[in-house]
Amino acid sequence: MSRVALEHVDKTYPNGFVAARDLSLEAADGELLVLVGPSGSGKSTVLRLMAGLERVSDGVIRIGERDVTDLPPQQRDIAMVFQNYALYPHMTVRENLGFGLSIRKQPRAIIEDRVRTVAASLGLEALLDRKPAQLSGGQRQRVALGRAIVREPLAFLFDEPLSNLDAQLRVETRVELSRLHRKLGATMVYVTHDQSEALTLGDRIAVLKEGVLQQIASPMKLYEEPANKFVAGFIGSPGMNFFEGVLTRIGTGGVCTFQGADFTIRVPCESGTNGRVILGIRPQHLEITDDSARGDGVVRAEVGVVEPMGNEQIVYVTLPNGERAVAIAPVQPRITAGEKVSIRVRPEGIHIFDAGSGRRMAR
Amino acid sequence: MTSVRAAEARAKRKKAAGIQWGSWLFAAALIVLLLFTLFPFYWAIVASLTPEAALFRDPSLWPQQIIADHYRALFVDRDFITPIRNSLVVAGTTTIFCLCVGTLAAYALARLEFKGKAAIMGFILAVTMFPQISIVSPLYLLLRSLHLIDTYPGLIMPYMTFAMPLTVWVLTGSIRQIPRDLEEAAHVDGATRRQSFTKILLPLAVPSLVTTGILTFIYCWNEFLFALSFTLGPERQTVPVAIALFRGQYQVPWGEILAAAVVATAPVAAMVLVFQRRIVQGLTAGAVKG
Amino acid sequence: MRKISRLGYEARLGWALVGPALSVIALIAIFPLGWTVWESLHLHELRMPWLGQPFIGLANYVEIAKDPRFWAALAHTAFFTVVSISLELVIGLFLALAMNRVFRGRGFVRAAVLVPWAIPTVVAALLWRFIFESQGGIANALLVDAHILKQPLVWFIQTSTAWVPVILADVWKTTPFVALLLLAGLQNIDLSLYEAAAVDGANAWWQLRHITLPLLKPAILVTLIFRTLDGFRVFDLIYVLTGGGPGTSTEPVALYTFNALLQNLRFGYGSALSVVIFAITFGLALIYVRGLGVRLGGEEA
Ligand SMILES: Nc1ncnc2c1ncn2[C@@H]1O[C@H](COP(=O)(O)OP(=O)(O)OP(=O)(O)O)[C@@H](O)[C@H]1O
Ligand SMILES: [Mg+2]
Repeated sequence: MSRVALEHVDKTYPNGFVAARDLSLEAADGELLVLVGPSGSGKSTVLRLMAGLERVSDGVIRIGERDVTDLPPQQRDIAMVFQNYALYPHMTVRENLGFGLSIRKQPRAIIEDRVRTVAASLGLEALLDRKPAQLSGGQRQRVALGRAIVREPLAFLFDEPLSNLDAQLRVETRVELSRLHRKLGATMVYVTHDQSEALTLGDRIAVLKEGVLQQIASPMKLYEEPANKFVAGFIGSPGMNFFEGVLTRIGTGGVCTFQGADFTIRVPCESGTNGRVILGIRPQHLEITDDSARGDGVVRAEVGVVEPMGNEQIVYVTLPNGERAVAIAPVQPRITAGEKVSIRVRPEGIHIFDAGSGRRMAR
Repeated sequence: MTSVRAAEARAKRKKAAGIQWGSWLFAAALIVLLLFTLFPFYWAIVASLTPEAALFRDPSLWPQQIIADHYRALFVDRDFITPIRNSLVVAGTTTIFCLCVGTLAAYALARLEFKGKAAIMGFILAVTMFPQISIVSPLYLLLRSLHLIDTYPGLIMPYMTFAMPLTVWVLTGSIRQIPRDLEEAAHVDGATRRQSFTKILLPLAVPSLVTTGILTFIYCWNEFLFALSFTLGPERQTVPVAIALFRGQYQVPWGEILAAAVVATAPVAAMVLVFQRRIVQGLTAGAVKG
Repeated sequence: MRKISRLGYEARLGWALVGPALSVIALIAIFPLGWTVWESLHLHELRMPWLGQPFIGLANYVEIAKDPRFWAALAHTAFFTVVSISLELVIGLFLALAMNRVFRGRGFVRAAVLVPWAIPTVVAALLWRFIFESQGGIANALLVDAHILKQPLVWFIQTSTAWVPVILADVWKTTPFVALLLLAGLQNIDLSLYEAAAVDGANAWWQLRHITLPLLKPAILVTLIFRTLDGFRVFDLIYVLTGGGPGTSTEPVALYTFNALLQNLRFGYGSALSVVIFAITFGLALIYVRGLGVRLGGEEA
């Protein structure tokens, strides 16, 4: 097992499209690194660069300490699980699993042995003589996984491997993958556009946007200290609320006031922060109180839609100036659409971003 | 709300009426077209089994008396086996050669990125639209100077002019429809380019190869102008030329001509009936797109 | 640096794989084409070898321009092409719409219409020639029985009637191909468009005019290209059906050229005719591709 690293990688497709820009990131030895980002952000491109299916336009790729930038895929000794599995339709499950070994001219007995072991660990023994067309989606997924494991590669690459499964199977397989990762202790790079999948699976998460790395950090850190407005909005569900406004220092005590369109609130701030900002606050930190509350960081609002979730309710509100916000409230008391409520912004949950660059400012 | 519903109901009623009307017309027109399509075949088969004398006295849509004389005459007196053998040799060799060479080219055009690819595709398409007549004269002179007039190579070579571009074009279209990620998976699994070609792509392309082969074979089997220009006598004539040049002593030997037509049609018709779905796919692969 | 060598590798492999096919095509199609041009600038009568092969410049082309038989042949070709393609497009569109529907026996219909396309043109021509034979032809018998004709007609003795079997045979043989190309286009049209239109109360005719035909335009244009070029190359069909007759009144350019080359062995003049045909087809193709903005499905873009 070994680390996989990109160093200052650029990728420009032949049609001139720039899909990765000065990208540096690393999956440490034994780490499960998740790449997330919206559709078209370059996640698959990064994975294909690591696999050698695309060539970098500039920069270096390392697997272990070896510079593999110029090596074709077959010499990189990595395994990849494709979104639609890419099982060889003309081969049986057994041949699919053994393909990588037989192409490397391993002795037949060893192949047979490895295939059997892996098939057993994934519950595929009964399916060994079937063709992929005769398998269910979940079974195909496991064969694809098995084909990667059989070879004992230096690292595993996954491109949205769960996106073709139904919701329940997806959760089960996610757990399965997590267990597999711990058991093998293998380096894995995992692409998904589903932020909840990223948060539950990843040792660390790298967020991509338009081919540029936004932040790479542990799930907790990413959630609590998003590096910019994009990351803050992308991670967490429902997404963070944003309010534009002006930050003004009062006195010297490290306190500022945020003056938004709908409300004013005192926030802690460092020296040098002044001017136009964006205030971000997660739905969990908007507290719904009854109509009568007044004071710092309190704003009156009208409830639009309420989504009861069982253990909580998601409340969509409209503020007096027309701004919209989402709050998460406990199940009781029940809130109904059209109701007038007050919303209190809990100061401890506040993030402040520069209005121009979107970069996080110290809290 | 109600008005929308009323409109929908009206639309439905209208549509139902339209379908009734339309489907009768539709069925009638389809039947007429089918009759138009099938009648010449029916008539050829009937006539090829009718004695010559009866054929010209009073043609009747139903066979009065069935004989196999024309077929016997065809193979015994006329040695129709020879043109069939010629056609098989020429069309078969051309098809196999084109498939071998064309598969490589189609793989490159479908899978590799290189400068000039678009130009090559355009060039190949242009050649498929080439009027054959415009190269008859030099080919004739060339074959004559190589002493290849009235030989198999003297037909196979000219046949490449249309068979090769056709093969490459159709094959490229169908290889593009095979998902690329299977070969990519093979690469990651450790296969070299050659291995991913022979172990993954080629087995998956077998149906396309068969289809393309059938198409190419049909085109070669049917070719007339070159076969007419570059053969001299019955020794090397292909089926279409032999049939077109049938002569009788006093009159056109229609009975034998029709028997020959049935014989020449049967294999192609059989192929089409068996492979119709694939042939349609092959014909339209890459031909029509957005 | 790296990138260049990598691209260089794919390019070399690409050209190496395309090479054999390309050189075959170049050798037997492009090189002869050049030769045709060269021939066309010379006097070359195979019947009169003592004349040698002197260079005569554009004299052959001048002769073509003044040759009434050539202009007549060109007119015949254009007439044949326009009439047969119009019929084929209309009938082919109907067939395509029919085959796009789900009904019992659809597979049978598709196979049945495909057979005429697949058989040799020569055979098709002979079948129709037999149907239209003056003596004992079934066409005459049926038409007389139906009192459309008073007496049997000698179809091939008059220009106007000689075209009937020619056009019918071409329509019969080629409509399936047209229908298939159009069908492929039809199958790319999103069905929900029709459902939406039907809910809005649009009738079948409106749907045909405002959904099917506009969206089918690319397929129709591609078909038009293929068929026009085919039409200008027509040879087998007329060679067998009328032999260009009566006289030369149904002779198309390809047949005239063939006669000049292999009947009269006038290789210089015949080659010039070949070049002219090539230029016409090439020009037509260019007009279609450029002027009508047809995209042929070469690139994935
Ligand atoms: N071969 C190519 N040529 C040109 N542009 C490409 C190519 N492949 C991808 N792109 C472009 O590069 C960008 C990134 O693509 P990529 O497939 O990496 O996105 P992604 O993050 O995986 O998206 P998704 O979540 O939809 O899979 C996209 O805008 C895409 O259009
Ligand atoms: Mg992707």
